Amino acid sequence: MKTVHMKINGQSIEVPADYTVLKAAKDLHINIPTLCYHPDLPPWAACGICVVKLENSPKMVRACATPVSEGMSIITHDPELHQVRKTVIELILSTHPNSCLTCGRNGNCELQSLAAEFGIREQPYEVRLRDIPEDRSTPSIVLNPEKCINCGRCANVCQVLQGVWALEFVGRGEHTVIAPAANVELNDSPCIKCGQCSAHCPVGAIFEKDQTRTFLDAVRDPQKHVAVQVAPAVRVAIGEAFDMEPGCICTGRTYAALRRLGADAVFDTNFSADLTIMEEGTEFVSRFVNGTGELPQITSCCPAWTDYMEKYYPDMIPNFSTAKSPMMMQGAVTKTYYADQAKVDPKDIFSVAIMPCTAKKFEITRDENMYASGYQDVDLVLTTRELARLVKAAGIDFTNLPKEKADSPIGMYSGAGTIFGNTGGVMEAAVRTAYKLVTDEEMGNVEVQAVRGMEGVKKGSVDIKGTEVKVAVAHGMANVKDLLEEIREARKKGQEPPYHFIEVMACRGGCIAGGGQPYATTDDIRQKRIMGIYQDDANSEVRCSHLNPEIGKIYKDFLEKPLSEKSHQLLHTTYHERRVYKK
Amino acid sequence: MAIRNYILVCGGTACESSKSSRIYENLVNACQAEGVADEVQVVKTGCFGFCEQGPIVKILPEDSFYVQVKPEDAEEIVKEHVVKGRQVKRLLYNKEESKKHAKVEDIQFYQKQFRVVLRNCGLIDPEVIDEYIARDGYVALEKAVFEMSPDDIIEELKKADLRGRGGAGFPTWRKWNFTKMVENDVKYVVCNADEGDPGAYMDRSTLEGDPHSVLEAMTIAGYTVGAARGFIYIRAEYPLAIKRLQIAMEQAREYGLLGDNILGSDFSFDIEIRLGAGAFVCGEETALLASIEGERGMPRPRPPFPAVKGLWDQPTVINNVETWANIPVIIMKGGEWFSQIGTDDSKGTKVFALTGKIRNSGLVEVPMGTTLREIIYDVGGGIADDKEFKAVQTGGPSGGVITKDFLDTPIDYKHLVELGSMMGSGGMIVMDEDDCIVDVTKFYLGFTVDESCGKCSPCRVGGRTLYNILERITKGEGVMEDITRMREIGHAMQKASLCGLGQTAPNPILSTLKYFEKEYLAHIKDKKCPAGKCKELISYHILADKCIGCTACARKCPVGAISGERRKIHSIDLDTCIKCGICLETCKFGAVYVG
Repeated sequence: MKTVHMKINGQSIEVPADYTVLKAAKDLHINIPTLCYHPDLPPWAACGICVVKLENSPKMVRACATPVSEGMSIITHDPELHQVRKTVIELILSTHPNSCLTCGRNGNCELQSLAAEFGIREQPYEVRLRDIPEDRSTPSIVLNPEKCINCGRCANVCQVLQGVWALEFVGRGEHTVIAPAANVELNDSPCIKCGQCSAHCPVGAIFEKDQTRTFLDAVRDPQKHVAVQVAPAVRVAIGEAFDMEPGCICTGRTYAALRRLGADAVFDTNFSADLTIMEEGTEFVSRFVNGTGELPQITSCCPAWTDYMEKYYPDMIPNFSTAKSPMMMQGAVTKTYYADQAKVDPKDIFSVAIMPCTAKKFEITRDENMYASGYQDVDLVLTTRELARLVKAAGIDFTNLPKEKADSPIGMYSGAGTIFGNTGGVMEAAVRTAYKLVTDEEMGNVEVQAVRGMEGVKKGSVDIKGTEVKVAVAHGMANVKDLLEEIREARKKGQEPPYHFIEVMACRGGCIAGGGQPYATTDDIRQKRIMGIYQDDANSEVRCSHLNPEIGKIYKDFLEKPLSEKSHQLLHTTYHERRVYKK
Repeated sequence: MAIRNYILVCGGTACESSKSSRIYENLVNACQAEGVADEVQVVKTGCFGFCEQGPIVKILPEDSFYVQVKPEDAEEIVKEHVVKGRQVKRLLYNKEESKKHAKVEDIQFYQKQFRVVLRNCGLIDPEVIDEYIARDGYVALEKAVFEMSPDDIIEELKKADLRGRGGAGFPTWRKWNFTKMVENDVKYVVCNADEGDPGAYMDRSTLEGDPHSVLEAMTIAGYTVGAARGFIYIRAEYPLAIKRLQIAMEQAREYGLLGDNILGSDFSFDIEIRLGAGAFVCGEETALLASIEGERGMPRPRPPFPAVKGLWDQPTVINNVETWANIPVIIMKGGEWFSQIGTDDSKGTKVFALTGKIRNSGLVEVPMGTTLREIIYDVGGGIADDKEFKAVQTGGPSGGVITKDFLDTPIDYKHLVELGSMMGSGGMIVMDEDDCIVDVTKFYLGFTVDESCGKCSPCRVGGRTLYNILERITKGEGVMEDITRMREIGHAMQKASLCGLGQTAPNPILSTLKYFEKEYLAHIKDKKCPAGKCKELISYHILADKCIGCTACARKCPVGAISGERRKIHSIDLDTCIKCGICLETCKFGAVYVG
């Protein structure tokens, strides 16, 4: 690795040549304040707060965007820099409403922290706010242009990380707003509701649609039987909202918290992840072995991804697994199988899903298949962040809660179910069961290393007793394009498909870094959450979906077998081409 | 039959808009009518620079300089001058001194000028490549391709010490060298013709008057750095320049001077035009490149500099029009020749667009080091209407003011920066005693606020905040703290803005605060506008001892604010008065005064 020698505040340091000044300073434990910078994104260099001095130059440069060079000498802090940064923060504050107390980001707002760090005690400049209404058009997120500080993170996330281009800079100069092109409403735009914009927004300008009140109303209603499911990725992230380490497995505590919040039954989406594998795995084996459908088969459990595919790659609809997402399967069996077993009238069941994701709020009403039980299968989706707020408001000491168990008969899960929470997990879980379906033998080592890790696109092959299954895994929506183009290309040329099975998750790292997860997610935190997920899998006695006893029971008592008529009715869905811009 | 007279008609945008095309047609027709069409060649040239006096018609070999010519004058010019050999005196610029001659060199406007960049403007027909070639056009390209190595060319530019004319004055040879040094298959050459400073039109005039000089220079750069493609990014509001560039490119391709195997060598290079949509910020090089790529025109952080990572991330040489126009001369005459013009700090000449309260507004090209006094008083003929000089704004809306005390400063990059201004692209706007410095500063800031791209917060928010403070001050609502605040914001914008637009936008404020703080204080403390410009701070009154009661003012007042009987002293009702100033202009007796 090539390195350079440089000085920061007089201290000599040798750093890799591809470092920025900001990174080099971090190595010396010097904190340069930033606002628009986010480690997930290429430096945008907009806010002007991370400016530093280059020795012997009258200019200041942005630490986030300035590459290090041999012999460079940098001053990161002095009274002049302090004054310039402070003035810039004051200027930004003059266009930002002073409504911290009623803002969703109160207490974890990056602008608020900067103002506090710089000891800003007055508003020296005339306050000018933008009088633009909120965009509440999607079921998932709310855009509040009044609070927007134009840092550009959301637009860059949407364009660079997700490749969606729903958000763009519209207008010029002080009239610049970040909005969908041509100022259409977000719901009429290409937006896939992944919520990465809301997870990256440093202030409260993009926020998940808060539905905590709906939950509280439901648990207060004695008529309602509130049945909650918890998604795989929630358990390794929710602890962060209570100052626990990222990746700490909080499954039992989350169940306990939900019960204390008034849930009548607590289930686990991991159960339905196992169910998904039974359906999707069987579907795959059927396509792969018997040629009953298009290859590659592509996973469909991520609602942001299915939305993207319906808009940008409708020609791939036949490649999609018809299996619903675990959340929707769980909803459907809650209001049928569980209602039956527990002798509860399904119309009284209020089905809630705790999800790491904002797109899930959109998924529950996306089409008529989401009412398979005869009712709306999932009535409410709360993100991890919303649940954390509910827990805090309820005075629950989350960290010290007892670790409780989920309720039967749809609460037990295998290690395969839990790894749905991160990139590669669905694929690995499917392989574990497909192996059994194809060979009628259990896999020896169930860990499929080829599909693990943070690389944007992972390609590999799995050997099922001499048969090669070519697989690919993509995460971060922008990474999927090349993969799909490869398939289109092969199809055009009449070649064999380059892959048999593809897993796609819209968010970088998978659901563990979903748009509804606790703030400040970085690759470091993603890694820790992923380690938590794999730990949960390793801790599991049962590590394959088909070995989950409750899965066995639901097929025996209710569904008969994977891809049965009942399965099709409750657990499978259809896809339709959607327009990128509705208008 | 041999040509005995050349009639040169200015075809620059300003003269075109004063019907110079009609003049041209009428001249051609008149020549035919008089039977002299074979002996006279009528040429539509580029800008003469003396725009104040346009449309301009010059006749060679007598060098007669006709000004403010109208289409109907064409016949007389042909009948009198061409046929009878008698100058049309009423159209000559130097009417009094023109008993015998009316030569260009006698005109003071041209005396201190030295034309390198504008060498062909007003001399050749820009739409005929042969005329460019006849003036040694493409000699430099031929020399470069066949006699010089890329290193020789860079060495020549180094000797010339040419600095970028776009504003910052970065040494051109270093830019080219950076790009040349990068090993890369694909490189680009870009011409920045997105001229946008209010009142500045040197690039437009160069392209309209001598488009081949830019094409030739870009081709030389392509050869030097190893690029095969060039782009000219020009604002769509310059239709004439675009048309002439297109014609020039076609002709150059026909002649084998552009395209594949230039001059039969194995060097190939071609140029495409890209139109800007009118965003000032696209004159900033990284925003310009983004715009060519089809992205929103927003600046990108530097480094990496375009020379290393530019258009579509490939090494790119980007220079502005005026810089390009210098290149062929340097290659032809040598860097040494060029470096003898100008000062130690800045070599060569600089073209300025001289405007404002000046007698001879127009385009002037002077050697670097010429003093402001020479430009304003000798070339520009001094302040219009014999008013008092107040200041001159150099460097466009992002420059600063220079006061009377510094009129003898030689103009070069270094000195202008020392004075808190800058070279910029060469705008030069003269202000007189009637200009309110706060009001003028507000105008410049209004421009940069409108043109901010909105990306970085110091520029986006700081600019507007400064503007609003200035507006309050001009309304008499300023407070003393505003002075400190403006300096604080200005400093933060200079240091923390992403691109040159934001970094220089506060210059007008900071420099006027430095030289005219008193005038700010008059607005803030005394609630007075010394220049009588800021409406909220002035009122119109009638002097009893001067008013004769002629009623002229009362009749002209659009809101009926003036009352008074015939032959009696009039008075203005201040509540009704809208301060339009018509009474002041109307009164012949000096009875209206501004307080």
